[in-house]
Amino acid sequence: MKRHLLSAADLSRDDALLVLDTAEELAAVAERATVKKLPTLRGRTVVNLFFEDSTRTRTSFELAAKRLSADVINFSAKGSSVSKGETLKDTALTLEAMGSDAVVIRHSWSGAPVNLARWVRGSVINAGDGTHEHPTQALLDAFTMRQRLGRLEGLRVTIVGDVLHSRVARSNVLLLHTLGAEVTLVAPPTLLPVGVEAWPAEVSYDLDAVLPKSDVVMMLRVQRERMGAAYFPSPREYSRRYGLDVRRAAALKDDTIVMHPGPMVRGMEIAPEVADGPRSTIVAQVANGVSVRMAVLYLLLGGSEPAIGASAHTGDHDRTERTDA
Amino acid sequence: MSWVLKDVLLYGEGDPVDVLLTDGRIAEIGNGLGAEESLEGAGLVLLPGLVDLHTHLREPGREDAETVASGTLAAALGGFTAVHAMANTDPVADTAGVVEQVWRLGQEAGHCDVAPVGAVTVGLGGEEMAELGSMADSAAHVRVFSDDGRCVSDASLMRRALEYVKAFDGVMAQHAQEPRLTVGAQMNEGVNSSKLGLGGWPAVAEEAIIARDCILAGHVGSRVHICHVSTAGSVELIRWAKEKGWDVTAEVTPHHLLLTDDLAATYDAVFKVNPPLRTQVDVDALRQALADGTIDCVATDHAPHALEDKETEWGAALPGMTGLETALSVVAQTMVETGLLTWRQVAERLSETPARIGRLDGHGRPLAVGEPANLCLVDPGARWTVDPAAMASRSRNTPFAGRTLPARVVATFLRGRATVLDGKPA
Repeated sequence: MKRHLLSAADLSRDDALLVLDTAEELAAVAERATVKKLPTLRGRTVVNLFFEDSTRTRTSFELAAKRLSADVINFSAKGSSVSKGETLKDTALTLEAMGSDAVVIRHSWSGAPVNLARWVRGSVINAGDGTHEHPTQALLDAFTMRQRLGRLEGLRVTIVGDVLHSRVARSNVLLLHTLGAEVTLVAPPTLLPVGVEAWPAEVSYDLDAVLPKSDVVMMLRVQRERMGAAYFPSPREYSRRYGLDVRRAAALKDDTIVMHPGPMVRGMEIAPEVADGPRSTIVAQVANGVSVRMAVLYLLLGGSEPAIGASAHTGDHDRTERTDA
Repeated sequence: MSWVLKDVLLYGEGDPVDVLLTDGRIAEIGNGLGAEESLEGAGLVLLPGLVDLHTHLREPGREDAETVASGTLAAALGGFTAVHAMANTDPVADTAGVVEQVWRLGQEAGHCDVAPVGAVTVGLGGEEMAELGSMADSAAHVRVFSDDGRCVSDASLMRRALEYVKAFDGVMAQHAQEPRLTVGAQMNEGVNSSKLGLGGWPAVAEEAIIARDCILAGHVGSRVHICHVSTAGSVELIRWAKEKGWDVTAEVTPHHLLLTDDLAATYDAVFKVNPPLRTQVDVDALRQALADGTIDCVATDHAPHALEDKETEWGAALPGMTGLETALSVVAQTMVETGLLTWRQVAERLSETPARIGRLDGHGRPLAVGEPANLCLVDPGARWTVDPAAMASRSRNTPFAGRTLPARVVATFLRGRATVLDGKPA
């Protein structure tokens, strides 16, 4: 694996499978043990650098790091870059001086983790940057799919909603393609980016046509600020055309699962009956998030220490940076 | 002081000749000439001093990024003898007082002539027309008017301004960017923006304004100049407008002739610029348009920025790139080495035509006896590697850092006085 996890594109097929397998092992260990904590990252420092509020993602990373016995510092820096106070670089240098081994960054600007990676020696993990990517979300989604359906290769995954602004969609398209799944994006044309035709995914505007062929349906949240910005006429119309209601869910195959990265807008993109129904993996996704993030931290930080399993894998052979000069 | 430039090639053509500069003019062209000072010019190309229609000097207001003195020194090192200083300073150059101040600072620095551009609207606000006539009548003798950095998007105001400047032979230089189509725009809208999750700046936002303004200029019989053309579609529209016989001119920047939006994948904000870097299809169309004359000239859009405004997240960074010290070399690489332009045509695209569009006296003149000695001497065979720290500009935001480029400016003369010698400030 590379030193950082900035994009799902940083992961080769082998890397991605290693993360999933490691997460599975870690989950099994946790299940067997009476004490959930592993000593693997004792003495290492993981900084949660959140420039944007996200209780669930921050908590998930915090729990993951603590279960591996790392020291965790929560550095909430909301608004500081936007308000022209301390810059991202200053923050990076501060964390560097404190001796952090990994920085988990959530930022409202796309690419901020890439910038940060140039300024710190430790590993940088992208926990969601602007409308760019959210690679650990894609990993936990893949983990959940494999857990429920037993495979990823050839799986038909339909991602529905605001693809234009979704970092979850971008990371999922990249990772699922790497892992051999077939992705179809469904959205109103206003919520698909210009250039989507170059993505490794099919595109459809017709949810009803795609649903019966889907093994996985992933619903994306429609953010409040999109409503009233002329992306679609009204929430009701959006819901009618792109919402996963009870009637639509009935068209799904028996074993099709329904996913949502959360937080949901119940009654908007997903009906409560579907979100809470047997197809739903929404709660499992949250639990799996911790295991997958443990695996990522372990592989990036502690990969040379054979703390679990036999698949010892060093973390920083490949220091290839993303440059396109 | 008199100078003789020995064995130079005028426009890179013909046999080597000596050029004698006396009293600020070209006094004689021949062989075996002598003077107080002599410069060995074998193999060097003599061009009229370059003229930039589009420079941001940042003074007054952001002297930490650039001053008139540092910016014009950078210009001289790049072979320029005149630059047009854009109006988006603080305070905005929207009154006779501010444009005269900028003009005077240029005179005092003495590196090259500074022709201030006047703002079209008060405070670049886009609503109320600035006192264009007062700026035209001032000591700064303003002929180019632009709200550059912002588009004059109000069609009615644009029409009135186009009409109004006819009274003093002015030209409206439009920064073509439909604001409603570029809310939150960060880079060219296309495959790369979709992947990088950066807000798209679609080609149509430039092209829609160009189409409108060409038609407006035709309708009211005025001159319009299109700043920093960046798309293949814009080229087609300008070609069409010229075929109609309308008085439309256009510029392209060196960076749009060389770089593409693939560079945004680094999220290094040194590559953030407005209009944004486009695709290879656009680059190819721009080169072709500059070669066939659809695009009249090269202008740098030299936009220095302080380090803290660039060394930050892409979205928080200011758009713009420096360009004065690399312009001629980038043109040499993209246009001369590719066979698209001769050095004679480079003289036209980087000196004669911009001087004519800006109505500058004494610049862009023929290399002939009696003409003002505003000259640029180029070593076409030299190659050099761009080092941001070695530049005269106060800012370091060159997108060409580390690139090895052809052609080097050896000397620059402003009215017979050397401003640059041996590639260094004289």
